[in-house]
Amino acid sequence: MTDDQDHIAVKVESLSRKFGDFVAVDRISLEVKKGDIFGFLGPNGAGKSTTIRMLCGLLIPTAGQGTVGGYDINTRSEEIKKIIGYMSQRFSLYDDLTVEENINFFSGIYNVPQARKPARKQWVLEMAGLGDSRSALTRTLPGGYKQRLALGCAILHEPSILFLDEPTSGVDPLSRRGFWKLIYEMSKAGTTVFVTTHYMDEADYCDRLALIYRGSIIAEGTPGELRRKHMTADVLEIETENVVTAMDALGRSGIETAIFGSVLHATVGSAREDIPRLKKLLADAGIEVNRIEKIVPSLEDVFVTLIEQS
Amino acid sequence: MIQDTFERINQMVLKEFIQIFRDKRMKAIVFVIPLLQTMVFGYAVTMDVNHIPTAVYDVDRSYESRELVRRLTAPGYFDVLYRPGSPDELRDLLDRSKITFALQIDRGFSADLKRRIPTSVQVLVDGTDSNTGIVALDYANRIILKFQRDLSATRPAPAVRIDLRQRAWYNPELKSKNYNVPGVIAMVIMLTSLLLTSMAVVREREIGTMEQLMVTPLRPAELILGKTIPFAIIAFFDMVLVTVFGVLVFDIPINGSLALLPLSTAIYLLSILGIGLVISTVAKTQQQALMSTFLFYMPAVLLSGFMFPIENMPEVFQYMTYLNPLRYFLVIIRGLFLKGNGMSILWPQMAALLVIGVAVISFSALRFRKRLG
Repeated sequence: MTDDQDHIAVKVESLSRKFGDFVAVDRISLEVKKGDIFGFLGPNGAGKSTTIRMLCGLLIPTAGQGTVGGYDINTRSEEIKKIIGYMSQRFSLYDDLTVEENINFFSGIYNVPQARKPARKQWVLEMAGLGDSRSALTRTLPGGYKQRLALGCAILHEPSILFLDEPTSGVDPLSRRGFWKLIYEMSKAGTTVFVTTHYMDEADYCDRLALIYRGSIIAEGTPGELRRKHMTADVLEIETENVVTAMDALGRSGIETAIFGSVLHATVGSAREDIPRLKKLLADAGIEVNRIEKIVPSLEDVFVTLIEQS
Repeated sequence: MIQDTFERINQMVLKEFIQIFRDKRMKAIVFVIPLLQTMVFGYAVTMDVNHIPTAVYDVDRSYESRELVRRLTAPGYFDVLYRPGSPDELRDLLDRSKITFALQIDRGFSADLKRRIPTSVQVLVDGTDSNTGIVALDYANRIILKFQRDLSATRPAPAVRIDLRQRAWYNPELKSKNYNVPGVIAMVIMLTSLLLTSMAVVREREIGTMEQLMVTPLRPAELILGKTIPFAIIAFFDMVLVTVFGVLVFDIPINGSLALLPLSTAIYLLSILGIGLVISTVAKTQQQALMSTFLFYMPAVLLSGFMFPIENMPEVFQYMTYLNPLRYFLVIIRGLFLKGNGMSILWPQMAALLVIGVAVISFSALRFRKRLG
């Protein structure tokens, strides 16, 4: 291993996976630095889960190579399994075991040293906020608690790399925010986090992102880079009493618009030239504009643009 | 390293027991089904023919006819429930299944006997249940022959007379419970182990924990052991349960060495647990696992010699029984309980079971690992 590779937690080179004739993952390459939160984004069926399952040793790649924690994914999956944690959207806990029994089981399966078991159990109970319900059956827990317990059980052995496959799907927004806070803390403590999601608003939590679409990576970089590199058009936010009439008026002039709550977003070539033009258009239509200004495009805007381009 | 392996298997076994004893259905499979089956086969499923519902249509109404009826009913095989007044009435009783057996003694029976000329009585039997019918006819035949012989005894004895002395070895009273209850042990072990193994694996796949297990350091071989050891222990428990129940409640004799029972059970379990694993690779839901289990279980019981003798089956089916582990285990277990057989007699069955067991468990382990990959 060279010094350079010491900083790399996950490295993949032209990795492919086919199911029959269907190419789920098509020669993707990526690198994840140690301690980073790496977001793997894309619509459903793009190949996110297939990739993560190959990295965790659940699926054998059809072609290509890669390493996780320095171990070859094609030959050393037994070693990989000892240093990773994995949690999927299904929160795979035993519903008919109690909170404590689930923790005991997974710390045994992960061979947590006997002396560390009590401390780890305590940590998980506190982290999940389940200190008072340790003997509750897991099936009786609300979704958010189940999700945290599942995460706790997946990291009992303090893995250096954590794989999360759509960890927040089906969880309420408040729990989602709390969950990301946890992820953030773990990353600060040195854990590498590889997370897939199709919630674009979650992408901003990540240090680096890769966008996968139809089995191929179509963009990669930090959230800031992606915004700068791929969003050439400007987005204007327009505040007015009559959003729908404004949208019709701009639409007649061929300007692309979308309603975001009580405001209107318009995609234009250049903010400086187009703001006066739009003001005039709306005034001519008899619409009063309270505010019109250029805004930072959301990652959702970026990805919609990227997918339309590809 | 090896301690880590033991720890992981231990955790699996522990978890499996917690789950079984928390689940009502599973508890029923472990405790209720074995006792229920023993009860059913000990009490209800009897092939002994007793208390046959009988009608007597005695037109002769003589001392001799009454004596014949008395002899027919005395041993308890036939219960005279009806005395119809006409042949039509008799037919009606048979039609309505009120009786299975009828004796008709026509006028002139005693007169013929007194004149020492050949005479006849009519015996009718409901042949829908052919087994009972044959046995009933045989009883009646013997009783009537004895009656004839006793009547002849007043005359000079015939020149040659062969006296038949019957004795049934191993089961002197020919009780079918003695034959059935040891067989129940074999069936119960098969049913509980198949159901528990296949359902436990499929359940994990259904709820997604199987995938979670596969990203832990738990190896496939450890998973297989973790999924079979608990059910093997339960199978042994059920074996003891049915044996104790059979001995205490049904007086089943144990004539052979008890030590051979756990040994042969262990060999038998190799095949059964293996088949359970194979079912778990085929079935996607617990319902499917249940259906597949019975799809295997029913023919396995029918083609084992448990109820129907293998020698009576068509040749093709006879060959098929050689693949059936239940066939061998039944011979072993009946030999152990009733005949007092030891290893010197039972070793071919043991060897056959071992060969089938090793083949099945190896195949299933391979298939199971492949399915995980």
